[in-house]
Amino acid sequence: MEKHDFNQVLQLSPFHERIDTLGLMKNWTSWNGYQTARIFDTLAAEYFTIRSSCSVMDMTPMEKYRITGPDAVTFLNRLVTRDISKLKPGRVTYVVWCNDDGRVLDDGTIFHLGEDGYRLCSQHHQLDWLMISSLGMDVSIEHETHDIAALSVQGPTAYSVLAAAGFTKLDTLKPFGILNTQLNGFDVMISRTGFTGDLGYEVWVDPRHALDLWDAIFEVKQRGLYDVRPIGLDALEMVRIEAGFIMPGDDFNTAETTIRAGRDRSPFELGLDWVVSFDKPYFTGRRALLKEKTEPIKRRLVKLLVEGNKSPTDSFLYDGKNGQRIGAIKSNVWSPILKSNLTMADIEFIKGELPKEIWAEIYYQKELEWKSTWAKCSVSDLPFWSHPRRSQTPPDQF
Amino acid sequence: MTESKTMIVIGAGHNGLVCATYLAKAGHKVKIFEARSTAGGGVSRHQFATDYYVAGLAHVLHPLNPKIVKELDLVGAGLKKGEAINTISLGHDGRHMTLGMDHVEATGLSVEDAAAYKAFKKEFRSYAKALEPMTMNKPPRLKDMDGKDKLTLAQLGLKLRFGLGAASMREFLRVGGINIYDVLNEIIDDPQLKGAIAADAVLGHHMGPRTPTTVLTYLNRLRGEIYGPQSLPTAGEGNLTMALINAATKAGVEIMTDAKVEKIIIKDAKATGVQLNSGQEYLADMVISNADAKKTFLGFVGSQELDAMFAKRIDTTRTNGTVAKLHFALKKLPNFKGLTEIELKQRLLIAPDMRYLEHAFNHAKYGEYSENPLLEITVPSLADPSLAPKGHHVMSVSAGFAPYNLKAGWDKSSSVFCHKILSLIENYAPGISAQVVASEILTPQDIEQQFNVTGGHWHHGELTIDQSFMMRPIHGAAQYDTPIDGLFLCGAAAHPGGGITGIPGHNAAKRILAMKGGN
Amino acid sequence: MKNYDAIVIGAGHNGLTNAAFLAKAGLDVLVLEKNDYIGGATVSRELHQGWKYSNCSYVCSLFRPEIYQALDLGRHGLEVVPIQGGATFMENGDYYGNYHQPAVRRREIARHSKRDADAAIRFDADLMKWCRLIRGFLLRTPPDPTSFKWRDAMEFASLLKAFYELSESQIYEFIRFFTMSIAEYLQEYFESDVILAHFSGGSIIGTGLGVYSPGTAYVLLHHAMGDVDGNVGSWGFARGGMGSVSKAIASSFKALGGEIRAGAEVKEIKVSGRKATGVILASGEEINAKIIVSNLDAKRTFLNIMNKKDLPAEVVRRAENFKIRGSSGKLNIALDGMPDFTALEKGSPLTLGHMHFSDSLERLERAYDDWKDNKWSQDPYVDLIIPTQFDPTMSPAGKHMMSVFVQYCPYDVEGGWTDQKRNAFGDTVINQIANHSPNFKDLIRHIEVRTPREIEAEVGLTEGNIFQGELTLDQLMFNRPFPGYAQYRGPVKNMYMCSSSTHPGGGVMGAPGANSAREILRDLGKENTTPEDFGDD
Repeated sequence: MEKHDFNQVLQLSPFHERIDTLGLMKNWTSWNGYQTARIFDTLAAEYFTIRSSCSVMDMTPMEKYRITGPDAVTFLNRLVTRDISKLKPGRVTYVVWCNDDGRVLDDGTIFHLGEDGYRLCSQHHQLDWLMISSLGMDVSIEHETHDIAALSVQGPTAYSVLAAAGFTKLDTLKPFGILNTQLNGFDVMISRTGFTGDLGYEVWVDPRHALDLWDAIFEVKQRGLYDVRPIGLDALEMVRIEAGFIMPGDDFNTAETTIRAGRDRSPFELGLDWVVSFDKPYFTGRRALLKEKTEPIKRRLVKLLVEGNKSPTDSFLYDGKNGQRIGAIKSNVWSPILKSNLTMADIEFIKGELPKEIWAEIYYQKELEWKSTWAKCSVSDLPFWSHPRRSQTPPDQF
Repeated sequence: MTESKTMIVIGAGHNGLVCATYLAKAGHKVKIFEARSTAGGGVSRHQFATDYYVAGLAHVLHPLNPKIVKELDLVGAGLKKGEAINTISLGHDGRHMTLGMDHVEATGLSVEDAAAYKAFKKEFRSYAKALEPMTMNKPPRLKDMDGKDKLTLAQLGLKLRFGLGAASMREFLRVGGINIYDVLNEIIDDPQLKGAIAADAVLGHHMGPRTPTTVLTYLNRLRGEIYGPQSLPTAGEGNLTMALINAATKAGVEIMTDAKVEKIIIKDAKATGVQLNSGQEYLADMVISNADAKKTFLGFVGSQELDAMFAKRIDTTRTNGTVAKLHFALKKLPNFKGLTEIELKQRLLIAPDMRYLEHAFNHAKYGEYSENPLLEITVPSLADPSLAPKGHHVMSVSAGFAPYNLKAGWDKSSSVFCHKILSLIENYAPGISAQVVASEILTPQDIEQQFNVTGGHWHHGELTIDQSFMMRPIHGAAQYDTPIDGLFLCGAAAHPGGGITGIPGHNAAKRILAMKGGN
Repeated sequence: MKNYDAIVIGAGHNGLTNAAFLAKAGLDVLVLEKNDYIGGATVSRELHQGWKYSNCSYVCSLFRPEIYQALDLGRHGLEVVPIQGGATFMENGDYYGNYHQPAVRRREIARHSKRDADAAIRFDADLMKWCRLIRGFLLRTPPDPTSFKWRDAMEFASLLKAFYELSESQIYEFIRFFTMSIAEYLQEYFESDVILAHFSGGSIIGTGLGVYSPGTAYVLLHHAMGDVDGNVGSWGFARGGMGSVSKAIASSFKALGGEIRAGAEVKEIKVSGRKATGVILASGEEINAKIIVSNLDAKRTFLNIMNKKDLPAEVVRRAENFKIRGSSGKLNIALDGMPDFTALEKGSPLTLGHMHFSDSLERLERAYDDWKDNKWSQDPYVDLIIPTQFDPTMSPAGKHMMSVFVQYCPYDVEGGWTDQKRNAFGDTVINQIANHSPNFKDLIRHIEVRTPREIEAEVGLTEGNIFQGELTLDQLMFNRPFPGYAQYRGPVKNMYMCSSSTHPGGGVMGAPGANSAREILRDLGKENTTPEDFGDD
């Protein structure tokens, strides 16, 4: 019978050999039980790799499920708030899903793999919920996280690097498109997706060819053509906030792990109105969300720009300086490219309206001396940062 | 006068008939679709061999709630009172014990036990009475209550605190959640008497006397006694089903038999009608299901129209039946040792003591049937001679602790089981096997098939606390309305559960009528 | 002859806790103990030279941190070390390992069922919801539902408020949890037999119920609601054995000026004019006090050391009917070395925790069926730990002490217990362990086998029930021990109860002792010295 080595606490990704060599800081953490680098070398270098050249990140630990069978579309449509029947083969879409009360369980992406069914990628472990949701449906759900290795290749030169590595037909691949191709004789799937708000691809491969894929990409650097560097979770955290993506567990508590009533969030409260469609077959939480629609807005997660340069980590927010407390900062980052404090903030509405003047009370320390200050905040409706090259097809060749 | 609506009731069991009649009397156009060829469900004449019948799956009835009888004028519709009968617990050694509503008799029974029985029945009937506000209304929600919910809770509180008084209320709160075994051991010595009482608490349930909540199942059964004594049903004139059909028809209800509903049509999260297995569709403003919750939600509606956890919670309700029904055609009146013909007309029990019942239940837990099961036996042809050819008789047996999921498989085991039951009865009625000309066994699986009840469960689902009151069949669908607009439940799957009471049908109708005014 | 302000009968952990809080309020308190040693069921004893056994209770997590802090038990020598690891061994030679590393544990659950690994997240969160709710009630006095008194009404209101902070569906889910069987509750989450068996074990420990009996899900909570430093559901081991707990409380009590007399068995509580006035010892000595507190269980208190004529007939009847069923046995074993477990790799961290041998719900339920027929389980549920792997104080170096808790073992076996039957019971357990550990039998140096009889005789727990009364709905909250007597006050004036027979029940929790002290001090008009719940928002 299968036994496992209890001394190997974290699982090793199929890219481990390379990551271990390049991870100079040996700064590991657990991502879904995989040993994952937070920082390879320095955070600043990794951040600017994403924004100015080409970054590579091991995405293998992301939870992946394969959905097949006659009821696959019915199942997915009942699972998520978006209309999946509109998703064409070879396309990817961002989705969220809710519990019965319309509270968000997780977010992720669905890939229409054509005849091979669908792939659902999620932040958290979802097999239990997927199985619950499959009751009475002719659908098969396979957990395939460990069976597929994935690299995220992101940055302005991502296209040039992949092309140089030998990938063809990338020029016509549009954002949220999927390309099935081959590299050096093995099958590779490429999707034009990512978390950076910039040009980028995710490359999916059988774990047996993981190192071949890694080497093919990094060989571009060896050849002296383009800079390619691995990045860790910390750099990703910076760019995902710049790009306006929310993170379950950081920006909101997922419904399944919420213990105190009212501490979970609906998609509307997270500003995800655009992924909720009532003009589609029934989905879990629809009734609750329809009801929420008829009620005054209680709260919203907003993209909030905080003036000045003091870190507003964990700050309370007020309606006017010294006014009524209306919420708190969730995740935040000092954006090196925008020279601004970018945050996600959970704000309670007053009588259904966004408070007019939002101020943050910031506690900060310099050399262990603590001070407090007030900073004015402004809500941003658009992502803090998004580059036109993100969607430009074909992308520029460097 | 509210606007007249078209309503469809699925299933012409007694609850469906009661509900439909109330709705029709309120001025609505009501149509009942019944899959079987006769109305009445578990209380309709059932033929099990050429020329032999039983009056129904249910072979002992208590009167319906008098409020329902009166409001639907069932007496006017031909309902006749059945002849009151006692229960006789058969002793292995020929010591038969006769249990009436308040008195008990047996050779050697102590005066203390007889008195304790009387006091016990009185006390427990008072609990059942105190629970009436809860029984005859929709179960109140525990948050976001409406006025009706608050009233129900207030009535319940008053009945408990002042109807019972502080001492009885404390006692009720103490024993309400526990098992009948401990309660009986506190007050009664005679093992046979305890066995006979405990039998009422466990028959039809996946529970033994020691299972906590058997006090509640006992109270559920005792509720019938508030309305009057038990009797044997008849299949002819004056019987309950006929009266219900007459009342329904008179109120304008249209009953369609051999009309099997395949699915409930849902448009934009609203029930708009039904589709029969013939493919034919019928549209309606409301659909009211007398079917069990699994069949209604997972069968007729489909999980894709429901929230995922709701569907899962329906799916995990415990609905596996534990009673097999056996029917025997007899050449002549059976001869039970020590019983006169009049005594034979009573409800007979084989439940010699609580340990016997507990052991019988032990087997059911592991997917086995017991070789020494709890038996409830009647000779229905004594109450209704039309059930068998002249001079012949039928015997009806409910055998407890015959689990729906038999490990060995019912296909292989049902005839063996039938034989074992007969030999067990043979001990009490020597020579009975030789009198049998035909027999039928309905395992829970057969009951599921023939009567369209998931799991073949008497109550459409276990009557445990987690599946009772505002959690029956599950919370979120416990007030007869469901998450699907225009879809309602009116059967035993809903509060307060099974038994031939008509109460779910009554409560559902009241709820539907109130919602139309209120919402 | 000295008159005390208060006498507490029984130096178990609740009696000592009660006494300490009374002493803290300035009362002159005497604790009387029948045995020559203190601690009751919270005791470490050296029955084999060089080995110390936690003879009865053997692990600690329920003990309220509020009491720990208020009585300064850390400075009085108490140290509770979290237990890690644990396993359920399977008949087929495999096992489920409860690894302390979350990532490893998750993989281990997934090895048995991928779905269960994810369902565990839902289960943990749900259990935590109910833990939060229940824990708020532990250090409170249950309100009387029939009372119209302001205090009861307010207490009910606070109870309702806690409920109303739940969402509507959570309220129903809580009621379901409270009334369901552990088997059926767990099956709403898990599918793997061994996972179901492993998680349900805690819900039958100490009770006369089976895994399929409604009400057992709550018993699981009763074991899971404790915590060690905020780690809810995790168990701790008191360094030096459970005797360290009572020793620390006793030390704190003495520092507050209290007095303990061991070897002083109380024969009777003196009552005159419907008031308790003192106690009579077995020696004939009489000691008077203004307040008498009984830490004996409800049956012993009212049927053994009180006079029927002093009590209302209802109390006598309730005491007679009080359900306090012996269902547990205990083996304490001195070992010459560390046993090997066939299923485990050498050096596996799993042996550090609780080990079990029942790998399916059916086996657990069949163990219960035996008990119902007054037999000890032929295939018992065993909770085994070897604390000497990390506690150097309980055995010589390199040697080990094994504590084996056994469910089920009846108080009455057919024909009555004899030494021979007791040994046969011990052999049943030893053989079950030996099936999974080939060198175990050879390592045994000394065994103490305890059936409910021995537990009753030595500790004074009636029928050997470890909770001093079944944890069923008829004996919880305002029903514990009896309806109308759940607020720690006895049926005669100046007489109180502080044992585990009162709310919130058994386990080494200290809460009954503290709650009782609060009521006594309230009646005396003294300042409350007992702590409030830390709270959790």
